[in-house]
Amino acid sequence: MTSETPANSDHSTEDTHSHHAHGHHQSFITKYIFSTDHKVIGIQFLFTTILLMLVGGAFALAIRWQLAFPNTQMPFVNKAFFEASGGQITPEFYTMLFTMHGTVMVFLVIIPILAGAFGNFLIPLMIGAPDMAFPKLNMMSYWFMWPAVACFGLSLFYEGGPAAGWTSYPILAALYDAAPGSGFAQTLWLMGITFVGVSSMMGSVNYMTTIINMRSPGMTFFRMPLTIWAMFITAILQAFALPVLTAAGLMLIADREFGTCFFVPAGITVNDAEPTVGGGQPLLWQHLFWFYSHPAVYIMLLPAMGMISDMLSCMCRKPIFGYRPMIYSMSAIAGLGFIVWGHHMFISGMNPALGMTFMVATIMIALPSAIKVFNWIGTIWGGHIEFNTVTLNSIAFVSMFIVGGLSGIFMAAVPVDIYIHDTYFIVAHFHYILFGATLFGIFACIQFWYPKMFGRMMSEPLGKLHFVLTFIGMNGTFFPMHMLGIAGMPRRYANPYLHEYLEHLLPLNQFMTYSAILMGTAQILLLINVFGSLIWGKKAPRNPWNSNGLEWVAPSPPPHGNFEEIPLVYRGPYEYSSPERTDQDYWPQTERENVSSPSTTTV
Amino acid sequence: MQGSFSVKRLWWIFFLMIWPVLAVIVSLLTPQLQWGFPLSGQSDSPLGGEIDHLFYLILIITGVVFVGTHIALGYVIWTASNRPGDRRAWYTHGNHKLEMTWTIIPGLILLFLAFYQMRTWAEFRMEEAYPDAAKQNIIAEVNARQFEWRIRYPAPGKGLQRKPQLDDMYGVNELHVPAGSPVTIHLRTLDVQHSFFLPTMRIKQDAVPGLVIPVWFEASEPGEYPLVCAELCGWGHYKMGAKVVAHPPEEFDEFMKTMHQAQFNDGFAAE
Repeated sequence: MTSETPANSDHSTEDTHSHHAHGHHQSFITKYIFSTDHKVIGIQFLFTTILLMLVGGAFALAIRWQLAFPNTQMPFVNKAFFEASGGQITPEFYTMLFTMHGTVMVFLVIIPILAGAFGNFLIPLMIGAPDMAFPKLNMMSYWFMWPAVACFGLSLFYEGGPAAGWTSYPILAALYDAAPGSGFAQTLWLMGITFVGVSSMMGSVNYMTTIINMRSPGMTFFRMPLTIWAMFITAILQAFALPVLTAAGLMLIADREFGTCFFVPAGITVNDAEPTVGGGQPLLWQHLFWFYSHPAVYIMLLPAMGMISDMLSCMCRKPIFGYRPMIYSMSAIAGLGFIVWGHHMFISGMNPALGMTFMVATIMIALPSAIKVFNWIGTIWGGHIEFNTVTLNSIAFVSMFIVGGLSGIFMAAVPVDIYIHDTYFIVAHFHYILFGATLFGIFACIQFWYPKMFGRMMSEPLGKLHFVLTFIGMNGTFFPMHMLGIAGMPRRYANPYLHEYLEHLLPLNQFMTYSAILMGTAQILLLINVFGSLIWGKKAPRNPWNSNGLEWVAPSPPPHGNFEEIPLVYRGPYEYSSPERTDQDYWPQTERENVSSPSTTTV
Repeated sequence: MQGSFSVKRLWWIFFLMIWPVLAVIVSLLTPQLQWGFPLSGQSDSPLGGEIDHLFYLILIITGVVFVGTHIALGYVIWTASNRPGDRRAWYTHGNHKLEMTWTIIPGLILLFLAFYQMRTWAEFRMEEAYPDAAKQNIIAEVNARQFEWRIRYPAPGKGLQRKPQLDDMYGVNELHVPAGSPVTIHLRTLDVQHSFFLPTMRIKQDAVPGLVIPVWFEASEPGEYPLVCAELCGWGHYKMGAKVVAHPPEEFDEFMKTMHQAQFNDGFAAE
């Protein structure tokens, strides 16, 4: 075994993974493209999702442009994209924009960046395993994202694109004649969803198996970092919820292409086409879709919650406050998450009695979320913090999550939901969760684990500037959406100002668009920081944050196989500032005695 | 580690804590800035008033929690960033009593909130809890289609039938109702899903292909109220604007008779 110095010295610019490894040399293709190494796959997921985030962000900016300056020429891009419509965004193009914004951000960015990028990279490292349980399956899980990207990408070239919203409710999504965007593009969209589902499913099986079977000696379940707990619970959620979405997607494809009628009732005449036959039920789709997509909301949040817990504890130099309550509350969120899907359907026409039960379950899911917030505040309480990029983004996560969590109660309460359902209030709510909480969490994660991924540090000043601009832009964009919702502005309107009672909201929308442009532009700094630091970043030591986790015992970046020798685990991951330890304020999980040199170092 | 009064530390605490302050100020100013509930700000229906009441109740509770948690967050950040470099963080793994407190108290508040909502929901959607007048006054069938609202009224003095009748009256994008009493419409759709949304009355109900859904509402005052679509129904979703016209109750019957005469005046009656 070698020490860490050579690992860093042969580290070239495009090299995301050091060479010395276990001695078996691989070609470029098996090493960086069809790699079975969980770290390379994690990094592949990371880069792919960051790039797709730019695509989703561009859609978002186009949406914001239309809402602020309806039917006016877009700057820069009008010649390239909107030549036919005189530089304007047409209503059917607008429907495609918000459909694809939601689709890309949910299915190709948030879910894969959490589970795919960080789940892949961190799970084996944090539990002391040399790799995933099924490395080939892992590789396929990444490569199954590309057919999805291809399907979604191709669908954009059909007239109107897929335009039934990211929820694709039939009848709009079931009949070719329903809208300009309901043509073959919609079938492609459904195939894309299926591929993403297969990709996530392969990941989730792998994560569960790895976490159950491949923990290093001493790593009991209750010594696992909360990140691993979160990933474990997320994987279970995915495994149980995804088959339903996949089945529903295939049923809708069959309805569209093979003449079945799971979702299409008889006698519906759409756009002067032939009346439909058969006796399907459109509400069935909503039940099946939300049976997956509500747990998916937690799939998009729980991993970030786990990782924030680890980062906050390390940055505060303090054990996590209430380790077990944190685990129990995550489990409660996951369990309750399966019985709350109906809150998306309060006014859908389902049996109104169900509204009551779903309301109680939904309101109660706020409880474990509240417990987690209190525990995060408890973790900072009496800590010893320094305002670096990781701390700032983590605190922003907690703060934004409070807003998103509280605004959720409004929708959970059925009578209030009658009014604010499908208005901008819900848009504000889920952007506070998905952007405010999850994305700030992801920014923190990138900064925190980057040194382990690439052996280099990210720039602190750039990270802070990015944080400041994103934070201002984010709140400027999404906070006023609460007001729009209360003012009764429905979602998915290409031009809300057609209605007299919404006309006065134009200036507010313009302010939001300026904020969104600021927020979007700020992401250039993230790109510079992520890609530039590969070249200019300071070399990272093994454990730059003085953290306890097993991943920090491995070299930065870890070689193929991760650890020089199997790490033995003696305690939980949160022993910061322990009075038993006088020489340093952290106590790595692998250190048995009260000594300063790590027991696994063989230098 | 930071010094206790470094500018950097103060700036970051300011930056993280100014936004909840701004959020509260903007929220308090919202009614003045006309960003609150649409038009007058008051609900135009009694049920809407109940919904507004529940909304404000949740707003107050969540507002207090929002301010409280942010004060706590600001306090812990303030103290945690002010710790002298040689003083270690507080070594604790949590506190059972605190965990119990912050589980049980929010739990009770949330349960109260959930049960407190139920009556209004029952009134709006559970047929047995409908007001009696709403059960009797079934005034029209509203049939949504891309991108308009078609309305079918029964002839004056007759009840609405499931099947269209020879003497039914039709209208598009204008739903005429009497003010001051609950009325029911039967909501249907001819093609894709739509949603019947009366923003100023806080009423919303999806129209689902294959289902006939009764919706009741009451316009408190005579006047015109916006009716829009709130469920994505295709490219023209945003254009599905219409209005509900509430007539003074004593004029409504007369209005319907006039409409009936107008629609059935085939030019021969006068001879």
